[in-house]
Amino acid sequence: MYSAKVMDHFMNPRNVGEIPDADGIGEVGNAKCGDIMRIYLDIEGNTIKDVKFKTFGCGAAVATSSMVTEMVKGKTIDEALTITNAAVAEALDGLPANKMHCSNLAADALHEAIKNYKEKEKAKG
Amino acid sequence: MRRVYLDHSATTPVDPEVASLMMTYYTEKYGNPSSIHSFGQEVRNAVEQARHQVAALIGAKPDEITFTSGGTEADNMAILGVADAYRKKGRHIITSAVEHHAVLDTCEYLAKNGFELTILPVNEEGIVSVEDLAQAIRPDTILISIMHANNEVGAIQPIADIGKLAQEHKVLFHVDAVQSLGKIPVNVKEMNVDLMTVSSHKIYGPKGVGALYIRKGIRLVPLFHGGGQEKKRRSGTENAPGIIGFGKACELAGRRMAAEAAELKILRDKLLQGILDKIDYVKVNGPLGDSRLPNNVNVSIRFVEGESLLLSLDMLGIAASSGSACTSGSLDPSHVLLAMRMPHEIAHGSLRFSLGRQNTEEDIDYVLEQLPKIVERLRMMSPLYDQMKQAQ
Repeated sequence: MYSAKVMDHFMNPRNVGEIPDADGIGEVGNAKCGDIMRIYLDIEGNTIKDVKFKTFGCGAAVATSSMVTEMVKGKTIDEALTITNAAVAEALDGLPANKMHCSNLAADALHEAIKNYKEKEKAKG
Repeated sequence: MRRVYLDHSATTPVDPEVASLMMTYYTEKYGNPSSIHSFGQEVRNAVEQARHQVAALIGAKPDEITFTSGGTEADNMAILGVADAYRKKGRHIITSAVEHHAVLDTCEYLAKNGFELTILPVNEEGIVSVEDLAQAIRPDTILISIMHANNEVGAIQPIADIGKLAQEHKVLFHVDAVQSLGKIPVNVKEMNVDLMTVSSHKIYGPKGVGALYIRKGIRLVPLFHGGGQEKKRRSGTENAPGIIGFGKACELAGRRMAAEAAELKILRDKLLQGILDKIDYVKVNGPLGDSRLPNNVNVSIRFVEGESLLLSLDMLGIAASSGSACTSGSLDPSHVLLAMRMPHEIAHGSLRFSLGRQNTEEDIDYVLEQLPKIVERLRMMSPLYDQMKQAQ
């Protein structure tokens, strides 16, 4: 059902956890539909220094969360914003068709976290 | 790696005695049972013996058994066949919210095509109320279809009481007994059942075979038209090796049922109690004790998702199933759990273990050793678990 890469990221997820006082936090999904992804960003200057995630959901939800954290670490905000859900799925050697919509939301969570960071920065003036 | 199969409600291995008997009817005794030559007649005799064996396990007469391609076909045959044959008498059908999709979807198809459907609710244990049913019966009700035991939560329905009620109101009563056959006693006469679906591959027989019990005197419009096999009820050359294997599986099930059920209950209770002792925030789904199939354990493990549990168990060689949406291919979790008024987020964390003949105490110990570690790992990742901890 899942590629070896998906199973690897599911069984050995990278960057699980939280960042205390994170610069940006993004969350997508809800418990009702069975997937919640939360991404924490530590941003210095314009660069993502550290990233962590917590996810409730299926194998694809966990694996895409893990993969997006690997893809984004060390990138600039502008680079991170170009990462799409499709690119995350591709980096995992693909996902089953029925998972492409419901569980492939990790890039959305990342973008939400960046949005949250930008809003905070704006508020600071 | 140790491999532990705990998904017997999905399917079972074929008993070696059944498989070796079947092989004879593939390679040596391959005649068509409708042929009059000896090649055909030796197979005809074996098919008729199988009919006796199936009938004996459910307390029916052999000529009341029609072989089908499985449970789904038997459910379709019963519901569509009765609807078509009795449509002049009435157009109202009653079923329950926790039926297998082979029943529910067939009833809903009829509801879109001129019939009226009442879907009875269940209580939080997944059991239908006989009073609700009594109130739902109308003068134009032609069929009640209620399963004997539920495939997901193992809830056993009050079939004998429903049968009595159906008989009093002269309404036909169909029972899907796919999950109960071979696990608890089934008797169509004592339960006042008019039509009953049974399946082979859930009782250590081959896949692709089932049967519909049709009480003598009941009219039924066939699904398949053609060569007129099975007394014109089911045209198509008989799947003789499958039917013969099914017959043998029924004979073995009848002989072994009492002892096996007692052993399974011990393992079932050990597994359930072990899960409750070792993992917190667990909800038991379905009834306890004698209202539950002897081989079924179903729990919701809070703050984790079912497919993640299944994948993690599978990596350790343990096979189970879940009512999570992610494993059903739809966006909603199990219709059975939702009908039991379980919130979506708890239904997503449901886990079913269905035990079988070859499971041992060591298998259960292995699950009880591994499952708590899996749950801990997934909860460490779960934002819902964090939220709950913070709220405390």
